Amino acid sequence: MDMVRMDGGSASAAVPEDQCVPTRRSNAIQQFTQQSLPSCKPVLSPASVITTFFLMGVICIPVGFVSLHASQSVVEIVDRYDTYCIPDPFKSNKVAYIKDSSIPKNCTLHLKVPKPMKSPIYVYYQLDNYYQNHRRYVKSKSDKQLIYGLKYNDTSLCKPEDSNKGLPIVPCGLIAWSLFNDTYSFSRGTVGLKVNRKNIAWKSDRDHKFGRHVYPFNFQNGTLIGGGKLDPNIPLSDQEDLVVWMRTAALPSFRKLYGRIEEDLDVEDVVTVKVLNNYNTYSFGGKKRLVLSTSSWLGGKNDFLGVAYLFVGSSSIFISLVFLLLHVKNPRTEEKESQGKNRRPCAARN
Amino acid sequence: MMKRYVYINDDELSEDLYCVNRISNRKYTVLNFLPKNLWEQFSRFMNQYFLLIACLQLWPLITPVNPASTWGPLILIFAVSATKEAWDDYNRYLSDKKANEKEVWVVKQGIKKHIQAQDIRVGDILWLRKNDEVPCDLVLIGTSDVQGLCYVETSALDGETDLKTRVIPSACMGIDSELLHKIKGVIECPNPDKDIRRFDANLRLFPPFIDNDLCPLTIKNTLLQSCYLRNTEWACGVAVYTGNETKLGMSRGIPETKLTAMDAMIDKLTGAIFIFQLVVVIVLGLAGNVWKDTEARKQWYVQYPNEGPWYEFLIIPLRFELLCSIMIPISIKVSLDFVKSLYAKFIDWDNEMVDVETGTPAHAANTAISEDLGQVEYILTDKTGTLTENRMIFKRCCVSGVFYGNENGDALKDVELLSAVASGSPDVIRFLKIMAICNTVIPIQSKSGSISYKAQSQDEEALVRAAAHLHMVLVNNNVNILEINFNGAIEHHEILDILEFTSDRKRMSVVVKDRGSGRIFLLSKGADEAILPHARAGQQTRSFAEAVEQYAQLGLRTLCFAWRGIEEEEYQEWSLIFKEANSTLVDREWRVAEACQRLEHDFEILGVAAIEDRLQDGVPETIETLRKAGINFWMLTGDKQNTAVQIALSCNFVSPEPKGQLLLINGKTEDEVCRSLERVLLTMRITESEPKDVAFVIDGWALEIALKHYRKAFTELAILSRTAICCRVTPSQKAQLVELLKSCEYRTLAIGDGGNDVRMIQQADIGVGISGREGLQAARAADYSIGKFRFLKRLILVHGRYSYNRTAFLSQYSFYKSLLICFIQIFFSFISGVSGTSLFNSVSLMAYNVVYTSIPVLVSVLDKDLSERTVMQHPQILFYCQAGRLLNPSTFAGWFGRSLFHDRGMGWMIGIEREFEGLYHLVLPSSTTSSCASIGGISSSDSFSALSSSLIYYSTNDSFIFFVDDFRM
Repeated sequence: MDMVRMDGGSASAAVPEDQCVPTRRSNAIQQFTQQSLPSCKPVLSPASVITTFFLMGVICIPVGFVSLHASQSVVEIVDRYDTYCIPDPFKSNKVAYIKDSSIPKNCTLHLKVPKPMKSPIYVYYQLDNYYQNHRRYVKSKSDKQLIYGLKYNDTSLCKPEDSNKGLPIVPCGLIAWSLFNDTYSFSRGTVGLKVNRKNIAWKSDRDHKFGRHVYPFNFQNGTLIGGGKLDPNIPLSDQEDLVVWMRTAALPSFRKLYGRIEEDLDVEDVVTVKVLNNYNTYSFGGKKRLVLSTSSWLGGKNDFLGVAYLFVGSSSIFISLVFLLLHVKNPRTEEKESQGKNRRPCAARN
Repeated sequence: MMKRYVYINDDELSEDLYCVNRISNRKYTVLNFLPKNLWEQFSRFMNQYFLLIACLQLWPLITPVNPASTWGPLILIFAVSATKEAWDDYNRYLSDKKANEKEVWVVKQGIKKHIQAQDIRVGDILWLRKNDEVPCDLVLIGTSDVQGLCYVETSALDGETDLKTRVIPSACMGIDSELLHKIKGVIECPNPDKDIRRFDANLRLFPPFIDNDLCPLTIKNTLLQSCYLRNTEWACGVAVYTGNETKLGMSRGIPETKLTAMDAMIDKLTGAIFIFQLVVVIVLGLAGNVWKDTEARKQWYVQYPNEGPWYEFLIIPLRFELLCSIMIPISIKVSLDFVKSLYAKFIDWDNEMVDVETGTPAHAANTAISEDLGQVEYILTDKTGTLTENRMIFKRCCVSGVFYGNENGDALKDVELLSAVASGSPDVIRFLKIMAICNTVIPIQSKSGSISYKAQSQDEEALVRAAAHLHMVLVNNNVNILEINFNGAIEHHEILDILEFTSDRKRMSVVVKDRGSGRIFLLSKGADEAILPHARAGQQTRSFAEAVEQYAQLGLRTLCFAWRGIEEEEYQEWSLIFKEANSTLVDREWRVAEACQRLEHDFEILGVAAIEDRLQDGVPETIETLRKAGINFWMLTGDKQNTAVQIALSCNFVSPEPKGQLLLINGKTEDEVCRSLERVLLTMRITESEPKDVAFVIDGWALEIALKHYRKAFTELAILSRTAICCRVTPSQKAQLVELLKSCEYRTLAIGDGGNDVRMIQQADIGVGISGREGLQAARAADYSIGKFRFLKRLILVHGRYSYNRTAFLSQYSFYKSLLICFIQIFFSFISGVSGTSLFNSVSLMAYNVVYTSIPVLVSVLDKDLSERTVMQHPQILFYCQAGRLLNPSTFAGWFGRSLFHDRGMGWMIGIEREFEGLYHLVLPSSTTSSCASIGGISSSDSFSALSSSLIYYSTNDSFIFFVDDFRM
């Protein structure tokens, strides 16, 4: 038997089917060259389509409910303070107020806690209509300088905030220069609430993008003062506000982490916030908000994911029901099916 | 006419006049490679566009990404095609070098020397041994054969595999081989041209080789470059054309590149996208400038200077130009080239298109036009050798009014004929003699004594074989003595002249002298209309014409045989005229034909031979299937009307009578043709609405008139008619018909097997050659070569259709994916102050274009929407491809809309990101990778772009999955 096959193979080597003991590899190559690799083609029969839609619905709806519940369990307090913090005499000329450094910028907010909030409670500031993604802005920094400091002296990327009085600025660039400098201090009743301001920046940023031995130099010394100042004795990697700020936002309305309150808050607690309202958003109509929020396993307050799942799930079930009804009312006969298969033109997908 | 004078064996004179025998097929040299190649590549619009973009990106003020993200792929693409060119050129260099450094024997200063082929000069005398390749074009002056004969194989030149005889000119006849060294003389020949069938030259030898006569030279006296010397111990020749000026070198040309309909459409769509891009750039540029002046100046943290440079208003538009530049995908050319070469490979590899008899696989010589195969509308086919097997068998004959072979369909088994041969009926004997003598067949006697025949014409071979079967055996054929063995008796005939066959004369004759009786005869064979009108006065040709008619209706090829006795004086007189005609340099062909005419008249018609040429396997089925697929068939043949019609009927070209209808267009004058044409047109218009199978039949003569004077009417006819049979057409008419159909915007495929089809094959959108018995000439000129006609079905329905579908998908998908990423950038620009910020960093952009979206490219070349069997069973499906339903502006608009829609979908998903932030802090401690960040939510532009890019990777690949029809492992 074997002999016969061997003979057959050697006699007609050109005909691949006759090759004796085809290896798996050569078989695959053969299938490739003959365009006959195994494939599966999903056939869209009524039963399979209805089942698929139904299964999709069955999976999506519970997921939707779970994520919606997670989002609903998050408690969030948002308070806009940019206009509130302007004293009445300056209401008509906010820009003059914010630019006048002689006027104290203190301001006090009272936030009422609607539901019990479990620690950690995240404190964010939110800016609206602020274009951190503007091309001129987003490019104006020097990643090399942030790691190597003065050792790296090419600051041309940072224009127009690259140097001052002939000396380079560390950290250079518009982003650092416009550092957000409102500050908040919290208290409940008379007792101060401790805000943990460590570990608010990405660890990777602190470790790899900002130098451990780079200290601010010649910063905010120019004629034009932008935002906050930095303590020249603390290395950049420990200036977490700066690290957070320099991770620029993609959208013109964004939140940035300020710190964490590591105490629980009860219902009806009133949190008093002392704000130093330094940052100028008035000249371009930007808004400032303070946000306190807890978190769930799914993150912050966001109904979208749950709603989206519910929407997709319920529409799948709806579609499967419609198809089912159509199918029951007007079942596909054998003949039609075969016709449908055969008549399917090569342009069907368009 | 320009002439060249070649002085034989003259070392001083010929030094610098003509080029040496260095063959160079190279396109580049080491020095000019880079500039020349770059110049060539940059002559294409797309490449210019990409270069401009890449240059703009070098300006840091406007570039959104690292210039490397464009320069990288651009350089890669250029490097790939430059490397390919360089590799091809290097291979050409190697093969040139091999040919150039080949050692040959040449006579220099009277001594035989071994030199390299590249040092051969015009006028040198070369010695070749058996099986040597001829290094340049030579005029033969001596061979080992006493009669001055030698045999060559010309397959490298014209693809014909049979041996051809070459003969030394009469002036050199009898010169001793030792004296050949010292031969001196001059050859007067035309300047190099590429006609491998013509060489009209003269030779004059100098004393002491007396012979002051001008000796005519023809192609029969030459050995052309790349031929091989066979069956001859040695041969000796004078180099007349060397290097790139040889006949082969001159006929090497750069074939015109064919552009598929699809390529043209893709180019058009690219243009449209380019315009769209400009509009976007202008609109966004204006919006950006307005926003800058109104809003951005208020944003103190951006620090816009009040005064900018003069070109400031240009900066934002240019930034958007760069952002949108990816709308035209740089990868499309590369991926299309890649998949196209893969389609071609699939054709080469296809086991089902291997001709089992000869083991020849199909071959795609042109790798760029597979899609066009799926869009073929007209197939113009040759008959002999293409539809038929071109294996001729003598089947019937009619000698002096007696039909042989009518009863059993095979004259060789007809008892009557056998007995007529045995009884020695003079007409039959003469008939057999013509069959055996009047040809150019070379009998080759093997050691065992059996005789095999080598012939250029299949008809002649069939006739000689049949004659041998009837005991008239052609034993030996040396230049002028022909040996025939009839029933054991050897007869010698001296061949005085051969009046060769040409397609104009349509007959060939030999003048022979019977050694026995000393009488001279003219023996002729040819097409009926070339023989019967020249019958001697008084002979009735009616019965022969009827025989021809009858045989043609059976689909047989017919040849008429005739003879005439010639007086010695008449022959001598004519011989002079013939010699003179043969030695003219100008219009030799015509002069020779005229001289032949002087002898070929007053024929005694002997009879008609009918030769069968069977249809190839599967021809009717193939034609039927392809006709169902909506492809129109035209048959262009040199055969006569009846044979052509008969073959057409038997291979399903037209349905038989009640359903099918044949309309004849004929006529000898303009008026007749015009009337006939108009009548046919009228019938066509009437029957157009009926489900009737109407075909027109036209012959070469009427076609000539119709094409010349009634082109408009004929064009209308061509559009109306699905089927046409054109008989008695010349090669140039075939090409004209292709041209006509092409001018009506039809996609044409021409298929043929012989040298007479080459022009039509080159002219058509797609040329298919059958690598058959008439040699490889057609297969070599063609874009595709197949072994048998029936493979055409698979070539079109499977390979053509899949290629079309795949390319249609792939090209549009390429645009889709680049539009997708572009639209995201555009939408992002609205929320980033229209400042031209790029959402994606260079690495993601590159990865997107190169890695993530190239997988679909790889997979889609294997995609099949329907199984091969389904397509073969329902060829009507091809209609969608023919009509270009898968790639046209409206499908493209669909993909355009799809990318816009998917973008909005994604934008919506991303738009909710603000509320997503909590998680970002939750995963913060571990979020060192951007992928984590993208799961975690977005608070920074980096992770935002990471999320967006992962979203579009999913989206593009998902939508890809939806459009792939089956999933391959």
